[in-house]
Amino acid sequence: MKPAPFEYHAPRTVEAALDLLESEGPDARVIAGGQSLVPMLALRLARPEALIDLNRIPELSGIRKEGSTIHIGAMTRQAHALASSLVFEQLPLLHYGLEHVGHPPTRARGTIGGSLSHADPAAETPAVMLAYQARMVLRSKQGERVIPAEEFTFGTFETALEEGEILTEIRVDARPEEGTSLVELSRRRGDFAMASAAARMSLAEDGTCASAHLIIGAVAPVPLRFDAVTDALKGRTITESLVREAVELMDLDQFEFDNVDISLAYRRKIGPVLAERALLQAFNRAEGLRK
Amino acid sequence: MTHHQVELTVNGSKVSMQVEPRQSLADALRSQLGLTGTHLGCEHGVCGACTIIVDGEPVRGCLMLGVQAEGAEVLTVEGVSPSEGLSPIQEALREHHGLQCGFCTPGMVMALHHLFTITPSPSEDEINEAISGQLCRCTGYQGIVSAAKAVAQKQRENRSHDTTVNGKENSCRSA
Ligand code: FES
Ligand code: FES
Repeated sequence: MKPAPFEYHAPRTVEAALDLLESEGPDARVIAGGQSLVPMLALRLARPEALIDLNRIPELSGIRKEGSTIHIGAMTRQAHALASSLVFEQLPLLHYGLEHVGHPPTRARGTIGGSLSHADPAAETPAVMLAYQARMVLRSKQGERVIPAEEFTFGTFETALEEGEILTEIRVDARPEEGTSLVELSRRRGDFAMASAAARMSLAEDGTCASAHLIIGAVAPVPLRFDAVTDALKGRTITESLVREAVELMDLDQFEFDNVDISLAYRRKIGPVLAERALLQAFNRAEGLRK
Repeated sequence: MTHHQVELTVNGSKVSMQVEPRQSLADALRSQLGLTGTHLGCEHGVCGACTIIVDGEPVRGCLMLGVQAEGAEVLTVEGVSPSEGLSPIQEALREHHGLQCGFCTPGMVMALHHLFTITPSPSEDEINEAISGQLCRCTGYQGIVSAAKAVAQKQRENRSHDTTVNGKENSCRSA
């Protein structure tokens, strides 16, 4: 047993959780799947006075489609989302991203909302949600607000969540017609990425690129969007050489992380390589959908 | 700090245990229930030695709190071991040098147990994926993978035997 002592509450509704968050004050923390928070407790990097457990709140989990929007409950398990055909068909990038998240036992407990709220710069879900321009639903005693993904994550372990607020749902527009890809380099299978690239691409009637998105993760406090690259692809016929030229347009000054074991120079080397692979794979998958 | 009384099912028996909130489920299984088959290596989610099955899913027992197991169905290595001798997975691990010090073994057994429950004859890729979260510092994994492949092979043989015994072909099964 390694964590410092804390009190434990398991509310059954979001309302009850918000009441507890208010009454317990700033020294209480919400626990979702616990795959990041429990290690932090064990290492005493986190020492909350109380934990408010969201695992007993059924309204927070599940994936459903309403019109053309996919609603993902924040407590939806990563394993559940990975196995979901709705996700695979409508939000394939989330599926491919989740394949890289941890291992079967961590995905069985780990949640989509927990990973987003933890905001590890090397995590895949924030990059995926940025690529999809998802909307985050935050609830507090004061009510509900909905903010875009790019305003939700704003630093290493930093999000727009205010005191007393809980991420309850993620809303994403269904994108069944696109090719997507998420590729990354990590030292071991399931380990955190040294750099990752997420790409989406849709093709026009004539086979040219109609729209594309490129996000690079794990190289800066937040995942980075590279519109200059994808702008250079729009309206063009995708070829390997075109993609190779386009990734040259990446502004590598935006890369920031420089560690003893993974240098900035190395990240700047692999970033464009991963971008190229992701864009080409997304293109190939988009082509496959047209056949 | 408040202690909590937790009622759960472990290896098919209803049990009750008193835990501190900060105790992990693996910790509680070991110290409150005396089920020391589940090992704790790192106690912070890295090694997988603590892998158990909770409500049908493999989980890291050190990343779940004992208090969170209220009402849960837990399966540990004690629950998958016959009262005498070894289970087919355990036997194969011994046969194929799938363990040396044995510290990772309970977690490996549980990860493989879950794999074989949902995928009776898994491919090598599926085996690798299933044990990707389990660290072994001794074997180099080859023996563990060979053991799992041997179990998969046996299951395939048993099932094709079943088909002939029943006298009917079943292409889904042999696929
Ligand atoms: S003891 Fe649980 S993962 Fe190491
Ligand atoms: S047998 Fe020693 S750690 Fe696996």
